[in-house]
Amino acid sequence: MRVGRISSILGGTAALAFALSACGTADVGGGGGDGGNGGETITIGVKYDQPGLGLLEGDAPVGFDVDVATYIAGELGYEPDQIEWTEAASANRESFLQQGTVDMVVATYSITDERRQVVDFAGPYYVAQQDILVAADNEDIQGPEDLEGKVLCSASGSRSAHNIVDDMGIDAELREAGNYSECLELLGNGTVDAVTTDNTILAGFAAQNPEDFRMVNNPFGEEKYGVGLPEGSTERCEEVNAAIAKMWEESVATQALEDAFGATDFAYEESAPETEDCE
Amino acid sequence: MEAFLSNIDRVVDGFSWTVRLTLVSALLSFVLGILLTAMRASPVPLLRGLATSYVEGVRNTPLTLVLLFCGLGLNSALGLSMADSVAMDVFWWAVIGLSAYTACFVSESLRAGINTIPLGQVEAARSLGLTFTQNLRLIVIPQALRTVVGPLGSVLIALTKNTTVASVAGLGVQEASREMKLMFDQGIAPVLPTFVGFAIGFLILTLPTGYFFGWLSKRVAVVR
Amino acid sequence: MSVQTAVLFDVPGPRARVRNVVYTVATLILFAAGLAVLYLGFNRTLTERETSLFDPATWAVNPAGQWAADKWEPFLRPETWTSYVLPGLQNTLTAALTASVLAIVFGLLFGIGRLSERWWIRVPAGAVVEFFRGIPLLMLIFFTMALPIVAWQLFDIPTGTFQVTALAAVVTGLTLYNGSVLAEVFRAGILAVPKGQSEAAQAIGMTRTQNLWLILIPQAVTSMMPAIVAQLVVLLKDSALGYIIAFPELLRSFTLLATRESNVIPAAIICALIYIAINLTLSRVAIWLERRNSRRGRPSAKPTDAEGAPTKADTATGAAGAVAVEPTVQEPLPDTLTEEGRAEPGDGDTDGNGTDGDGSPAGRG
Repeated sequence: MRVGRISSILGGTAALAFALSACGTADVGGGGGDGGNGGETITIGVKYDQPGLGLLEGDAPVGFDVDVATYIAGELGYEPDQIEWTEAASANRESFLQQGTVDMVVATYSITDERRQVVDFAGPYYVAQQDILVAADNEDIQGPEDLEGKVLCSASGSRSAHNIVDDMGIDAELREAGNYSECLELLGNGTVDAVTTDNTILAGFAAQNPEDFRMVNNPFGEEKYGVGLPEGSTERCEEVNAAIAKMWEESVATQALEDAFGATDFAYEESAPETEDCE
Repeated sequence: MEAFLSNIDRVVDGFSWTVRLTLVSALLSFVLGILLTAMRASPVPLLRGLATSYVEGVRNTPLTLVLLFCGLGLNSALGLSMADSVAMDVFWWAVIGLSAYTACFVSESLRAGINTIPLGQVEAARSLGLTFTQNLRLIVIPQALRTVVGPLGSVLIALTKNTTVASVAGLGVQEASREMKLMFDQGIAPVLPTFVGFAIGFLILTLPTGYFFGWLSKRVAVVR
Repeated sequence: MSVQTAVLFDVPGPRARVRNVVYTVATLILFAAGLAVLYLGFNRTLTERETSLFDPATWAVNPAGQWAADKWEPFLRPETWTSYVLPGLQNTLTAALTASVLAIVFGLLFGIGRLSERWWIRVPAGAVVEFFRGIPLLMLIFFTMALPIVAWQLFDIPTGTFQVTALAAVVTGLTLYNGSVLAEVFRAGILAVPKGQSEAAQAIGMTRTQNLWLILIPQAVTSMMPAIVAQLVVLLKDSALGYIIAFPELLRSFTLLATRESNVIPAAIICALIYIAINLTLSRVAIWLERRNSRRGRPSAKPTDAEGAPTKADTATGAAGAVAVEPTVQEPLPDTLTEEGRAEPGDGDTDGNGTDGDGSPAGRG
């Protein structure tokens, strides 16, 4: 009797768990990519946590990367309602492409030689640079050299702050936060003096509260944002490059940048970047 | 393994923060835990209510959120600073968060310990005219502490492992697990030896603690 | 919580009553002051204020502070709940339930393994349990995420051959850690079953396996139910660590929401309330199970019993043993101390992050 009761409780829990895990695709909001079928729909990986670039707004992401991806998909013959969005966090972009979880990644994905070993890149569609974001009333910090003795916020896993402290030898104190929205919270409260990373990312956050934050607009370095494709997609890469060129010619790109960052003093690039050859 | 050993200074550095976090938080949470227990047993209903709500609320909140509240809330939004340098500021706020959290478990253990004290003990104390504080200080807490040495050891082990959460949650203390993650990400040493190395480090901290408290609990046990 | 049942202090006389009132008022003032500091601090009118402390303007909701309506308004929109909170909650529950089931299976296997007569089962099972109980959950999660790299570094399997999803990493970490703790719980429960039960089983000719599955485990699981549920609370709370590896559970959903609405602190407060509500409910289940056990005259054994449980008479088993042996002694006390009464030391160590819930490793072997 007792045995029966207990095992039925355990059994019930197990059944419930398996039922839940069967339907639990572990996505917030938007689509759960069901693989690259190319025919009916296209699955695109974008960021869900970067305002201005790719930010989950309820059920679908919005931002510059999302606009670029939508345009490219359109040029490839997919209507916006044929696009399935998936969150591509920095850590899983390569594996998503290699396994075919997504057909394309447009997620502040910098083209590097290391990544070219495992995936293909089209583009770049935009060249970002590293910059510094400070509180709106801060006039002291005009460039990296002014960070001497200041407190700088870095998001865990990001190299940006180390570029300044280690590579440029500037003696700033680092406060590490979990992500950039925590950094912005710390900056808004005056706990840190500055936040540094790609200027596109900073501008996206600044655009949310334009009266609170100021971009220093003294950029350095370069991050070429490419469209990540599975290895060996040379043909698709050429098509994407053509789409990117057309997007800049038709001023769709500048319009998307204006939509995303117009509210800030971010001086974004207004000309098409030089595309690289497909392998 | 060589690549891991050549970075041993980073490992030691990480664990030194782990140990400091553990020791300081252990002391603070012990004191706070006794205070909470006293409040929960006190004749003043408001004190009892406050302490009980605190313990029930905090121990059911994930530690990550408790630390997030310390780092982003108290430290940043309220602008309360504990030290001049960032490293020490986040260290102390991590200590406060860990202690506020761990104190609940210290208090729960102590309360359970109090429940094991034979009723005659406190009745005898009262009949001798001992006040509540005297009763607590001279009769109840000393006996309760002896019964809960084992569980307190578990709480200490838990605290040691919980210090890893201080590396995230808006604080970024550079303790051992953060060093491990950095070494994974920067490809400094192969992953498996690095993991095993750090795991051994934690076992060196936790296993002897467990055995020591087990031995101690037997030694000081109240024979009834 | 009536005065009549109090045992630590006498029924208050006139002076004690006055003193209690004084304490109550003093506490109220301190508490109110604390709340005021929190309110003003988050309102950004504590340190940066231009007006006097008693000026109503100081107390008005500051649009630049954390209480500003636009920071809380998102929680009134249904879309916030359907797009962020509920999917996050679903993922949290998926991870927690899957890990619970796997941890119970893991715990049963290794708990029984540690009691095996064969050393080549007993010793490895013990080593596995001790290893996973001794290292932080966060490290287990990081390591599981890095498994494809391990495969590449050790066996030259190209990265991307297999991938570890964030869900898999969280579930693996939770299973290994909590499973090890549950192994100790089950072991303690089996050891706590009175010897006569096994002897009777042998006497009627049951095999060892029959004895284990038909006699020992059912009784152990019943008596351990409260400890098991308490451990599941720990597990659920620990699943919040998934946010670090971008697993879209509850905390991560709130992070995404906070990124969109720039309301990190209000989001953290609401998120904490949801966790507290879920965990309190689960804790109540644990307490109810425990009371039910004690009503039926079955002591709820505790993981702490593991320390020296083989000899039940051994008082060194600590508080849990004492409580179980002397139920009459502690009956009147609990009501004095808190309303829900009889938590035992074993409860004390159920806590967050992949830790605790276990008895100290002492006295084993």
